[in-house]
Amino acid sequence: MPASLRWSRPTLVLTALAGLALLSIVLFMTLDVRGNWGFVFQFRGRKLLALLLVAYSIAVATVLFQTVTNNRILTPSIMGFDQLYILVQTAVVYFIGIQSLLVMDTYVGFIIQVGLMVGFSWVLFQWLFLSGERSLHLLVLVGIVFGIFFRSLSSFMQRMMDPNAFQVLQDTLFASFTRVDTTLLGASMLIAALLTLILWRIRSTFDVLTLGKSTAINLGVNYKATVVTILVVVSMLVAVSTALVGPRTFFGLLVASLAHLFIGNSRHRYILPAATLLGVICLVGGQTLFERVFAFDTALSIIIEFLGGLVFIILIVRGAAR
Amino acid sequence: MIITTGLKKYYGDTAVVDDVTLALPAGGITSIIGPNGAGKSTLLSMISRLMGMDAGTVTIDGLDIEKTRSDVLARRLSILRQDNHMTARLTVRDLVSFGRYPYSRGRLNEEDRAHIERSLDYLNLTELGGRFLDELSGGQRQRAFVAMVLCQDTDYVLLDEPLNNLDMKHAMGMMKLLRRAADELGKTVVLVLHDINFASWYSDHIIAMRDGAVCHQGTTEDLIRPEILRDIYDMDINVHEIGGHRVSIFYS
Repeated sequence: MPASLRWSRPTLVLTALAGLALLSIVLFMTLDVRGNWGFVFQFRGRKLLALLLVAYSIAVATVLFQTVTNNRILTPSIMGFDQLYILVQTAVVYFIGIQSLLVMDTYVGFIIQVGLMVGFSWVLFQWLFLSGERSLHLLVLVGIVFGIFFRSLSSFMQRMMDPNAFQVLQDTLFASFTRVDTTLLGASMLIAALLTLILWRIRSTFDVLTLGKSTAINLGVNYKATVVTILVVVSMLVAVSTALVGPRTFFGLLVASLAHLFIGNSRHRYILPAATLLGVICLVGGQTLFERVFAFDTALSIIIEFLGGLVFIILIVRGAAR
Repeated sequence: MIITTGLKKYYGDTAVVDDVTLALPAGGITSIIGPNGAGKSTLLSMISRLMGMDAGTVTIDGLDIEKTRSDVLARRLSILRQDNHMTARLTVRDLVSFGRYPYSRGRLNEEDRAHIERSLDYLNLTELGGRFLDELSGGQRQRAFVAMVLCQDTDYVLLDEPLNNLDMKHAMGMMKLLRRAADELGKTVVLVLHDINFASWYSDHIIAMRDGAVCHQGTTEDLIRPEILRDIYDMDINVHEIGGHRVSIFYS
C-alpha cells in the first residue's frame, strides 16, 4: 500500500523521539568514562535501568490516570500519590519502629504500601470523579491540599521520631535522580513487567475511555472493573517510581503534555510510547547533560520540576477558559 | 421490545423515577416528553445501563440488562447523551470508528470500514471525516456523534435530548434523519424531547412522564390533545391540526 509508505505525523514523532532517547542512552553510558570499562558499565547500567524504569512508570501512570479521570491537568503526583507513599513509610517507622523497615523493604511491605495507595485512589476517584461533574479548580485544590497534608504529616512524624529511626528512614526516602536507590531494582522491574502484562490485556479499552464514562459504557466497556484495574496499576507504578527516585510532582505532567502536543491525536498506541520516550530523554539525556557536561549535581530535578510547573500553570489558565 | 418493570431511582429520599413499568414497542420513533424533573433522562439512563437502578428490572429483547455482558448489550442498544465532555482529540472518522468497538475491539476489518463509510455518508459527513471535532460547529459535532451511534449498528437507538443546542434547521435535519433511520434501517429510536411539536410531528409513539411516573402513553393522536397536555404540563395548550399533523400553541 503506497499510502502507508508516507510517514504519518505520529510515526515521524515516535521515530525522532526514539532516536533521541537512544542517543541519550549511548551518551549516558559512554561519555567521560575513566578507568575500568567493565566496572563503569555495570555501575552506570544499573542506574540507567532504574532511570528507564522510572521514565516508563511515571509516563504510563500519568497518561492512564488522565485517561480514566478524563482530564489533562491532574496527575497521580499532583493528587498526592507520591506523598502518600512517603507518609505510609514514615508512619510505619513512627508507630512500629526501625525494625519495621526490614519488613517494609520486602515484598510484603511493598504489597501493604500499594494496597493503601490503591484504597486511597479508589476513595478519591469515587468521590471526585464518579459522583457527578466537579469543577477542575476543586480537583486541583483538593489534590494540592492532599499533597501538602500528607507531606506535613510525614515531616511532623519525622520530627517527633527517635533520631536513629529518622536516620534509617531518611536513608530509604532520600532518593533522587542523582542518588537512585537501586536496591529495589530487581523487584521493581518484576512488578513493572507484571503490570505491563495486565495493561496489555486491556489495552483496547484505553482509547474508548477517553470518550468519557457514558460513551465508554455505551460501547460495551466494563467500566468499573476496567477503571479499578487501571487505578491499581497506576498506584503500583507510582510506588515503583517513588521508591526509586522519590516524589516528582510535575515530571509526569511534563512528559504527558508534551506527548499530546507532539503526537497531535489521543491514540494511546502513540501517546504511551511517546510519553515514555520523552521521559527517557528528559531523565537520561538531562542527567548526562547536567552531570557529565555541566557538572551540576542536583540541577536536573529542579529544571524538570520548573518546566513541569510551567506546563501546569499554562494548562490551568487554558483549562479554566475551556 | 424494551420492557421495564417496577423501575425506581432515588436521590436521597425523593424518588426521581417511581415504579415505572413500561413496554417500549420495537420499530418507529418513541418520544418521551414531560416537564423538567419528571425523570425522563434518568429513565433513559437506567434503560441504557448508564445508571444503576434502585429497584426493578429492564429487559431488552428478553435480555436482563443487569445480567447481560455490557459488550453484548452494546451490539443491541446504543445511547447518546448530551454531556459528551471528553479530552480526546479526535477526527470525525476516528469518532465514528469507535462505533465499531463492540464488534472489533479497535481492530477494524473490511466490514467495519464499510460500516464507517456508510454512516459518514448517511449523515453527510464524508467530507468532514478528516476534521477534528473541536474544529466543528455544534450541529456538525452532534451529527458526528449520531454517526457513531448509527455505526454501532444496534436495533435500539436511545437519544437524550438530541435537539439541545441545535437551531431550527439542524433540529429539523436531525429529526428527519432519525425518521429515515427508523423507516429505512428499521431502527427503534427512543428520544427524550422537550419540544412537543417535534415530538408530535415525527414520533409514532409518545410517552409522557410527570413526577417520576408515566402519566400517559399512546400514539401521537392519543397524546397531543389539550386536556392531556394540560394534565402533563399544568398549562393551557391549544392544539391545531396543520397539514395532517398536530401543532401545539403554548406561547400565551
